[in-house]
This record gives sequence, structure tokens and C-alpha cells, in this order.
Amino acid sequence: MAVETPSRLTTGTPPAAAKPETGQPWKERWGGLFFVAPFLLLFALFMLWPIVSGLWNSFFNTSLAGVKHEFLGLQNWRDLFGDPAVWSSLKNTLVFTAMSTPPLVIIALVMALLANRRGVLGWLLRFAYFAPFVLPATVVTLIWVWIYQPGFGLVNGLLTAGGFAEIDWLNTENRAMLAVVITTVWWTVGFNFLLYLAALQGIPAQVYEAAAIDGANGRQQLFRITLPLLGRTTGLIIVLQLVASLKIFDQIYLMTNGGPNYATRPIIQYIYESGFTSYRIGYASAISYLFFAVIVIVAVAQFKLFSGRGEDA
Amino acid sequence: MRPDSPPFRPGRRAVLGGLLGALALTGCGSLRGKPKVREWNLFGGGDGARLLQIHQQYVAEHPDVAFEAHTLAWGPPFYTKLAMSAAGGRAPEVATLHLSRLKGFSPTTMLDPIPVELLADAGVTESDFLPTSWNRAVVDGKLYAVPLDTHPFVLYYNTEICQKAGLLEADGRIKTVKGVDAFLEMLKAVKDVTGKFAASVETTNPWRLWWTLYGQLEGKFFDDTGTRLILDDAKALEALNLMAKLAADGLTPRSSNYSALVAQFSNGDAGLSFNGEWEVTTYQTAKMPFSMAPFPVVYDVPKFAGDAHTFVLPHQSNRNKADTKATVEYIAWMLKHSADWAAGGHIPAYQPVAKSQEYLDLKPQAEYRSVAPDVLFDPDAWFSGSGAQLQNEAAAAFSGVFSGQATPKAALAQFKAATQKLLDTPSPV
Repeated sequence: MAVETPSRLTTGTPPAAAKPETGQPWKERWGGLFFVAPFLLLFALFMLWPIVSGLWNSFFNTSLAGVKHEFLGLQNWRDLFGDPAVWSSLKNTLVFTAMSTPPLVIIALVMALLANRRGVLGWLLRFAYFAPFVLPATVVTLIWVWIYQPGFGLVNGLLTAGGFAEIDWLNTENRAMLAVVITTVWWTVGFNFLLYLAALQGIPAQVYEAAAIDGANGRQQLFRITLPLLGRTTGLIIVLQLVASLKIFDQIYLMTNGGPNYATRPIIQYIYESGFTSYRIGYASAISYLFFAVIVIVAVAQFKLFSGRGEDA
Repeated sequence: MRPDSPPFRPGRRAVLGGLLGALALTGCGSLRGKPKVREWNLFGGGDGARLLQIHQQYVAEHPDVAFEAHTLAWGPPFYTKLAMSAAGGRAPEVATLHLSRLKGFSPTTMLDPIPVELLADAGVTESDFLPTSWNRAVVDGKLYAVPLDTHPFVLYYNTEICQKAGLLEADGRIKTVKGVDAFLEMLKAVKDVTGKFAASVETTNPWRLWWTLYGQLEGKFFDDTGTRLILDDAKALEALNLMAKLAADGLTPRSSNYSALVAQFSNGDAGLSFNGEWEVTTYQTAKMPFSMAPFPVVYDVPKFAGDAHTFVLPHQSNRNKADTKATVEYIAWMLKHSADWAAGGHIPAYQPVAKSQEYLDLKPQAEYRSVAPDVLFDPDAWFSGSGAQLQNEAAAAFSGVFSGQATPKAALAQFKAATQKLLDTPSPV
């Protein structure tokens, strides 16, 4: 006691030995909580509470119109498993994810390799590749709906000029999803491109220099150095992209409204239609939870795959 | 460092509190001065431009009312937002609503009844409306909506093209055709002139065309209890077969959405257009030669798919008396000025205007006014009405009939199954 007191008064930082790592005074430990409290409060209010309340509602016939609130038990869940619209829209979401994720990763990588150079061309490529990403969904879809338009749209103009038959992209059942995927790739590939570009620029130049001295050609450098060193970034991009693709709604709602004949309706749109157009919040909550489970499964599977690979590397 | 007792130094809390208090005071002060009327509407087409002009006049004449109007995207986006605001009790003072949606909008929980005595004070009473429209606005003995107009499905025609096709009478009006054969002949004559299509149709949502044709065949939808589907397969198929034939013969496009429908009529690819009457302003602005007429009676009886716009008071937890009074006066003012609204295409519901010379002089808007009593509203159910689920199901099933991706039979089976599924769903309202 007698030794410690003067040291506190004279020095700003007490010696390390005087303050064991585990024995922080409670005031300092709780002090941190006060700093995160504003965030925690918002997180609880806008994330935790809706999650709990959604689960709660899925056992009731809650109506947006505020007329009914009866306990249904598992009725919503039973209805959901017997509702073909749930499964067809879930299938559409998964098909979109499967179709959009590979090009969004591979094209982003190719673009990053092309743009990873100095000078005006590099600058121009970087700008051009990223520019569409800053456009809002409404603008993007407006542009592409006109591009796909039969009769006077750009794509069909090119097709007919090349001697092919016109395709009514957005109103043909087995073409509409492809059209949405193409639009999505054009719009959002810039983000993945940026992540890859940052990772490329993080690879030290000495590695390539050493490889060049050892006689490795460009191809060998690409496959033996660049791609392996981008492994972790690829893992990150795939996770982010899978989650983003599973959340598909905006483009489809604006371009096809889920049509033709529901061939592109994603599950989020069906949740929206059930909950808000038809006021059935309880049922919509149950479908949301089903979708939540799917996302968790995909994320966990993804994590298992990539954490395993990370240890190998 | 810290002064022991700062007599004139307010703490942070006091300063913040004072600022908030001052803000609240000024906020309330400015609101308390004028009654406020906030209006939400869904008019994004040619009629929306018309509404803006009328509102400008209203604002100029009512400097004592704090008026705000907001146009939201038509259909589900509008109704979703309106329902959310009403469910939360923080809705705008007044909103537009399709009459066909009234019962499905849960009037007892999401709308406030309209004070009839205030409406009478403003000079509008039941006798100013056709009984058919007024009675539809009454639920459980209370008035929940004030009808503004009726908007039927009509025939637009390009006068130059139809002149060349020999379809005009001496007075410049289109010849009235009756029956399927005459209807098809008229379309063929137009197609020969345009070289492309006869009529532009919204093939991605052909509900209104089908409902018109099915209604003209005197087809019924629900039984009297409104709980059982009694669709007449033969009649429904007849209407669908005709639609398939229109597309197969190239009389209509195989695929066009709403904006394409407008574009094809404006640029002369089609000499006719089957659509609601609300695009008048669009074509007038384009300065194209056109006029309008009732949709032809293709089958047995004159019936025309349609709906009506109304004003409603969405539910507010703390409804302010002064605001409500100003709101009802706004509604009455709008009805009395609905000749300007009718210029946008809609037939006025307020009879003093519907019978006025000012309205009768409107050309082509007064040409189809005769159909008002024969307007066929959507089936009566919580999932039915403009922009509601039943129309979406019809759009999904029937668009394939035009594109050729579905046979009329398959489309009908799909639509019936979807309707049955909606019927089996317990009503949320």
C-alpha cells in the first residue's frame, strides 16, 4: 500500500507488474460496456427483438390489419410445408444463387487481373469495372428492362442483326432468370472486383521477382503464386456473394415482378406478398424462419469447407 | 481545475433538454396554427399529372390549411405502405383507395369512418351519388369511403388509322361493333392499315380484358355467400380462347407490359388500345389523333371491367378534430372540382359534376360515360381488387395465353387452383 500510493501519484502509467491482466477494476471493465451501449441498444431493438418477435408471430395468425391474434401452434409451419409456392420460390432463389455466384467470382478475378496495372489503362479499367456498382437498383433495372425489350431493345437488335431470332427475355419462362443474372453480374461484379484488386495489390512484388529469376513464366506465376495467395480472399468473396445472392429481391421485383408465371419469384418476394400484400404476418414469419435456416445451413457448410482448406494451405 | 459551484453554467443534460424542449415547442406551435391535411395517392400515370394541377389550385385557395400530397407507386407498394401506416395508427389524414379493395382493407381496424354530418356541412350528401357506388362504400352501416370517380376498361382508337381502315362514322366516331365476328373484322381492318398490330394490350396482366369478356358472357365468380368458386368453365374458356386467337393471329402483341402498351398505341404500331381510360392525358400530351369509346360488346351483355377511386380516412390513434374537419372539406372540394379530374379520363362519381355541361363538353372523356352503370367490379373477397393477389394470380396464369406458353385450358386450371388456394386461406381481415 505504502509503496503503491506514491507511484500512482508520480507516474502516469503504472508498472505492468502492478496491474495484473485479469484483475482489472470492475469500473474499467464495465466502462467498456457503456461505450458499446448505444450500439447494443440499437442492435437489441432492431435485430434481436425482431428475430424473437418473428419466431413468436410464426405461431400465431397475426394479421397486419390488426384484427386477429390467435395461437395456432404449428399450423403455419404445417401449411408452409404443403404450400408449393414456398418451395418453388425457394428453388428460384437457390437457382439464382447457383447461376450468379460462379460468374460473380470468376469474372471479378479476371477483371482484377486485367486492371491490376499502372497507368491510364489501369485507371480506366478500374473505374469502368466499378462504376455500375454505385448505381441504385432502380436505375440499373430501368436500363436493363429497355435493353432486353423485344422490338427495339439493344440485345434483340444485336441478335436480329446477327441473323438470330428475337428472344423476349423477361417474358419467357426459361430465359427470364438468365436475364436477371446477367444484369446482376454487370451491376454487382464491381464489388468483388475491388476486393480482389486490393488482395492483388497486397501480394509483395519480391515474390514475383524471385519467381522471375528462377525462370517462372507468366502462366506459372499466375497459377503457382497469384491464385494460391488469393485463396483467403476467394473464400471471403464466395461467402459474401452467396449471402448476397440468397437475398435476391430488388432486381427481380423491378424487372419481372417474379414473372412470367412466377418463374423468377424469389422466396423473399413470396414472404413480402404473404406478409404485406396479403397481411398474413404470422405465415410470412414462418416462411422467413425456413429461409433463415437455409441461409444458416449454407453459411455453416461454406465455413466448414473453407476452414478445412485454410489449414491445408 | 473544476470550479466548485458554477452558478450560471448549465450541464450538458440541461442544454440538451432545453434545446429539445424548444424544438418541440416551435414544432407544435407551427402545427397548431393551421389544420393539416396530408394526402397519399397512387396516381402515377397521366391522371397523376392532372391531380398535381388540381392540388395546386386547392393550395392556392386554401392558405389556411397545411396541405401535403404524396404520390406512391401504384398497387402493392401503395397499399402496403398505407396498411402499415394505418396499422400503426400514424396514417396520413386522407388517402385514395380503390372501392374494390375496401372490404379487403379491413375498414373497421385500418380506416376511420367518415363523419357524414361534417360531409353534409361541406355540401356533399348521399343523394349526390349513384346508389351503386355509395352503397359499396358503406360497411356495417358506416360510411368508410367517398367515391371520387368510376374508371372502366375502354377502347382507345387512333382516328387517322381507323379512318383509313374505314371504321369511322360520318361524325368521326368509331362504328359500334357487336359480336365476336364483327369485333375480329374490325381488328383485321386495323391490322391491315398499321401493318403490325390491331390493338395494344397489357399481355403481362390481361385480367381486365378477361374479366370484361367473361362478364359479357354473364359469367359468375363466387356464389352468394362469397365463399365458393362457381366459375363457369365453358365461358371462361371461351374468353381465353378469344384472347389466344387475338395473339395467334397477330392482332395483338404476344408480349407487352404496361409501358409497351402505351408506347405501341402512341407510335402507331397499334391503331386501337384496350386499357383503362386513365391515359387520356398521356396521348393528348403526345398530340396524337385519337378518341375513345366504350369497349365493344363482344358477347351477350354490356359489361366492362372497372373500379372506382375513393377517398378514405386511414386509421389514426389520435385523430385531431380540426384536421378531420379540414380533411372532409378537402374531400368535398375535390368532388366539386372533379370536372378537372374527369379531364384525366375518369368518370366523376359526384352527380352534380357528372351532369354538368363542363363535363359533357369534355372530348373524348365524356364519350364513354354511358358505361358507368355497367361497370363490373372485381369479385368480392379479401384477396381481390385492384393490385391485389387475385389479379396477380390471373396475370401469372393468363399472360401465357398471349405468349403461347400456356394453352387456355392449362391457364384456366392454374387460375382456378390459385383462386381455390386463396379461398382456403383463412381471411386475415
